[in-house]
Amino acid sequence: MLLEVRDARKVYRARRGGAEVVAVDSASLQARDGQFIAIVGESGSGKSTVARMLLGLIPVTSGEIELDGTPVKGMSAGDRTRFRRNVQAVLQDPAGSLNPRKTVRRTIAEIVRLHDLARGREAVERKVIEALEQVGLNPAETFLDRYPTELSGGQRQRVLIARAIVLDPKIIVADEAVSALDASVKAGVLRLLVDLQRDLGVGYVFITHDLPVVKKVADYVYVMRGGRIVEHGPKDRIFDAPTHDYTKTLLAASPVLDLAAQRQEPPTE
Amino acid sequence: MTDPRTAATAPLLELTDLAVQLPTGRRSSVDAVRRVNLRVERGERVGIVGESGSGKSVTGRAIAGLLPENPRVQVQGSIRFNGREMNGADQRAWQEIRTRRVGMIFQDPLTYLNPVMKIGRQVEEAIPAGGASESRRRESLRFLQLAGLTDVEQLAHRFPHELSGGMRQRVLVAIAIAKTPDLIIADEPTTALDATVQALVLATLDETVRTLGTSLILISHDLAVVAGMTDRLYVMYAGRIVESGPTAEVMAEPRHPYTQALLRSVRSLVDDDVELYSIPPAFRDWLRTEGAGLEFTTTTQDGAR
Repeated sequence: MLLEVRDARKVYRARRGGAEVVAVDSASLQARDGQFIAIVGESGSGKSTVARMLLGLIPVTSGEIELDGTPVKGMSAGDRTRFRRNVQAVLQDPAGSLNPRKTVRRTIAEIVRLHDLARGREAVERKVIEALEQVGLNPAETFLDRYPTELSGGQRQRVLIARAIVLDPKIIVADEAVSALDASVKAGVLRLLVDLQRDLGVGYVFITHDLPVVKKVADYVYVMRGGRIVEHGPKDRIFDAPTHDYTKTLLAASPVLDLAAQRQEPPTE
Repeated sequence: MTDPRTAATAPLLELTDLAVQLPTGRRSSVDAVRRVNLRVERGERVGIVGESGSGKSVTGRAIAGLLPENPRVQVQGSIRFNGREMNGADQRAWQEIRTRRVGMIFQDPLTYLNPVMKIGRQVEEAIPAGGASESRRRESLRFLQLAGLTDVEQLAHRFPHELSGGMRQRVLVAIAIAKTPDLIIADEPTTALDATVQALVLATLDETVRTLGTSLILISHDLAVVAGMTDRLYVMYAGRIVESGPTAEVMAEPRHPYTQALLRSVRSLVDDDVELYSIPPAFRDWLRTEGAGLEFTTTTQDGAR
């Protein structure tokens, strides 16, 4: 399966004929199932706008978003449902993406029923439990009746991933999905994503400003700045031999855990 | 008043058996900080690392007297600042701590800055009282420059919403140093910033505290940030300090199982050769019960501390 952005442009206009803001300009990228692609860039680079366009949440100003050659623009209702099953989202703020008044069971069971993945109470529940187990929420039964506020940040993120993978999607668009997590929890969620890629063959469009994470998990990297993709290539090529100045700046700025290189002696007076 | 003899020899800040309980519901409360012992010498840069819920921020707020005003917020133990006991001190004494002695830098500058007051004015307000208005204005520009900002004349006339995240954080640095404090507490000062901006703000903060000889407490969940900028390190878990010592030594040879696990997970995120590692739930259960009770202290080799 191929999710493709061709020459996409997104322009926002301030009200009453105000100035135009070009959020994304002539961006092209490709994502496949089973492939871990990353879009890196800083705030305002347009990477989240690309994510929203990929998910079909906002229309492009010009250009095309296509899933296996079918334009997302003007999709029929049936095609749109198929699109939604194949392309899922996991966003940064799990507290904002989960309804605080719904239990974990209800949050996931709704999706199961909506897409008719199982019928009957017991079958639906089995499906929900299966999804929770797949994301490492064990024993799943103890999580079913919890509300989002009764979960830790890492657990909420896992519930969001469970809600996505219950549909058996081909591509998950993850926008800063691990950025707000502590190191240990972040490592746990990343490992889950990599395991799911291996076990289910799911692919990712992983959007982040966290370069070390990209180096760790991505196969292919797009670097964005000022709404444009300034460089792209296989991960190793981007990290070992970046060609664009901005990529070099980004690489130089990411914090390293090398004490010998970092440590400066206090001035002696 | 401060006893001059103790003030000369005592550490700038000394926490002894500090414990903080915060209410979580109508009847329930949580031990956010349990028997923490911590010391900051004059001019020293100290780091506190821990994950969310470890009590690191609550400790920072207790030092600055910024815990919520609520009779159910309980603070036990001792907070000695310049040799003077602050736990139980009156509002006047705390007021002096907050306005003159301790500068705070938070993660989110927008909640700290006044949205309807110009930047220059906000820095001026932080400068201790006295002096003609023109000299105060010039002083405020100097502090903005010290915080790494340029075109400060124009900048002083702008409002917080007109600045980028990195610039706002530098304005907070300017406000903090304008108090000419003895201590700056920076709580996740760069967590919300992009990598390139983060590096610049950290460099500014580093240079400023060195130039002014201010003590620093840097609170973060990010070991990489704390490691590069502090002399000594405290590691917190579940409200307790589980390990402390010179930063380089703790990083090179962590002794507490939690510090070792934390370092392993941080390394696993940046090092291609280390498999992604997260702390197993069973290990967390052990940490909450027995593990957090263990405290490892590595003392400096010169024997001064």
